Amino acid sequence: MSLLINGARLADGTITDLYLKDGVLADPASAPAGVERFDAAGLLAIPGLVDLHTHLRQPGREDAETVDSGTDAAARGGFTCVHAMANTSPVTDTAEAAEYVHALGEREGHCQVQVVGAVTKGLAGEELAELGMMADSKAKVRVFSDDGKCVSDSLLMRRALTYVKAFDGMVAQHSQDPRLAGSTACCHESEWSGRLGLPGWPSQAESVIVARDVELAALTDSRVHVCHVSTAESVEIIRWAKKRGVKVTAEATPHHLLLDTPLVASYDTTFKVNPPLRTSEHVEAIREALADGTIDVVGTDHAPHARQDKDHPFDIALPGMLGLEQALAVVIEVMINTGRMDWPTLVQRMSSTPAALGQVPGQGRPLAIGEPANLVLVDPTARAAVDAAASKSRSRNNPYHGRDLPDPVVATYWRGRQTYSR
Amino acid sequence: MRHLLGCADLSATDANAILDLAEEMQQVQSRPVKKLPALRGRTIVNIFFEDSTRTRTSFEIAGKWLSADTINVSAKGSSVSKGESLRDTMLTLDAMGVDCFVIRHPSSGAAAQVASWVRAQVVNAGDGQHEHPTQALLDAYTMRKHFRSLGREGFAGKKIAIVGDLLHSRVVRSNVLLQNLLGGEVVLVAPPTLLPTGVENWGCQVTSDFDAVLPEADIVMMLRVQRERMAGGYFPTEREYTAGYGLTEERLRALKPGAGICHPGPMNRGVEISSAAADAANSLVLDQVASGVAVRMSVLYHLLGSDEGAMR
Ligand SMILES: [Zn+2]
Repeated sequence: MSLLINGARLADGTITDLYLKDGVLADPASAPAGVERFDAAGLLAIPGLVDLHTHLRQPGREDAETVDSGTDAAARGGFTCVHAMANTSPVTDTAEAAEYVHALGEREGHCQVQVVGAVTKGLAGEELAELGMMADSKAKVRVFSDDGKCVSDSLLMRRALTYVKAFDGMVAQHSQDPRLAGSTACCHESEWSGRLGLPGWPSQAESVIVARDVELAALTDSRVHVCHVSTAESVEIIRWAKKRGVKVTAEATPHHLLLDTPLVASYDTTFKVNPPLRTSEHVEAIREALADGTIDVVGTDHAPHARQDKDHPFDIALPGMLGLEQALAVVIEVMINTGRMDWPTLVQRMSSTPAALGQVPGQGRPLAIGEPANLVLVDPTARAAVDAAASKSRSRNNPYHGRDLPDPVVATYWRGRQTYSR
Repeated sequence: MRHLLGCADLSATDANAILDLAEEMQQVQSRPVKKLPALRGRTIVNIFFEDSTRTRTSFEIAGKWLSADTINVSAKGSSVSKGESLRDTMLTLDAMGVDCFVIRHPSSGAAAQVASWVRAQVVNAGDGQHEHPTQALLDAYTMRKHFRSLGREGFAGKKIAIVGDLLHSRVVRSNVLLQNLLGGEVVLVAPPTLLPTGVENWGCQVTSDFDAVLPEADIVMMLRVQRERMAGGYFPTEREYTAGYGLTEERLRALKPGAGICHPGPMNRGVEISSAAADAANSLVLDQVASGVAVRMSVLYHLLGSDEGAMR
């Protein structure tokens, strides 16, 4: 496929033509006269978005999501690469399992699928998974995470951080002290948890693990990545650790940037997520940290769930919400439209930095001649009420349903091929 | 009122109307034939996902004395273990034409969730650590009667001390909300580990000094403390708990004259309450149980019985 996109504005403000040919960006001057054209006047062209934190649910829970449906949703959201989390069934904790998901991505993906390997066998937190074999496999795993479960054993966490250095891997931690915030914790510990009678999830259950992990990253001189940072205390620790030169990076989810604790007062399980929605003070701290770079990237934690897994009492329903399709919309709403962030910074947070952290070649690259044709065309002014029923995901646990939000993604191109068009 | 999900949904007018009607209902209790035709032809399902003989029986009697068809469903072990969601369980029963669900569930918010799914009316008979509105109403009813017996009307200026495991108690949440409506003054007494987060903003006094509260309280409501809380590190030993927060014989003597003693039951005699206190002349424990039926009759009548439609 070849396509000439005319008059798109790049993140830095330059107006340019983009010529997509054989999967790369070619010189627009070389486009033949009869080439298919797309008039992009008024639209922004930015590198395809990269997500470090996606749950595709395949294998095991294909009723909730598949590689096909999940990456379709990703393309709809402007993503050209997602990292598939390891907590599938079976768990992605071997080279074979990693290659299986990788192959599914190559065959059925609407965007690139990078595989996240488990840190421990079966996510049990007891023995290391085959980290090296996964790294050496065709899936070339570089990010390891027991996401959903915290690697709470300090010694095992130290070993994991040390071990992955051999192949420059990164350990992405779900920071939750399992004693301070136990398995039933489901509401930010606050006046809300007290009134609603929901088991509290104190913000310090996150920050104590973040504090420990940055010390372990310093000790091992290895890369630790803090998943879905949700508290002001964690932000402070990460800020301090970065100042010391510790190799720590962090992500914020769209929902922790926009939504807050009072939403759970209805006991609507759509709003049950782990870590939980926090109060507005924490939301503000996350926004500030994303703006100043303390939080490096936006990671969606796209967590599709079948209806039957959400139709339970609040403390029993599975945690998680959709995120891929509205991630860019949310970041535009809370960061760009409020003047907190400019477009070049957004591109860093949602494309180039996550690609660099996940060591994904060909993603997060500038839109320049010779680079892979992974890009998204954005209408920064379009808005619409979110309709959960219109999702490309197989699941409907969309926390933005009914909300008026930007509706930015006009078209997505991956490897020069159109994967989504409005 | 369409549903009774918690005291948070009640207005002072609603609450007083329920208490007033309960008084009329209590007359029925002393009649040889305890039957009113008010809810004839109405079907009430008591669905209990957690055992509570006392509450379930009380609701069942209340429904029967109002001539409703009451059916008990024991759903303990929860639908999850059977692979069915709460929503499916309730929609199935709802489809049979039930008029009202009286629901007890170990999860906070379950009654509100059910109310959002079903066509029938819903009464919350206790949801997790959230609310237990009919318990608070029967407590208020009992207290009101007690104050009257002392020749005093109303809750204004009355101090109600609620003592014990406030963190895990649905009774305390409902009582604080209801007393705030009725004008009573609640004092919460507990070890700091058993206080809910944010309790300082509940509009009542909070303390860990039971002895300081004793001489001022018009009602002392003792809550059950569970032995498991000790293993959870909420307090060191039963002995220490009783020493600090038990209504011992010595504390019984320090009570203000005429102060009433309440306990939502079941009691741990010798732990949070001494036998001397439980059986004292000013113990209202059995009055609470007796009031339960009348108050629940009143609630069911308010929800299901009114022809004016104002209640629906
Ligand atoms: Zn996740």
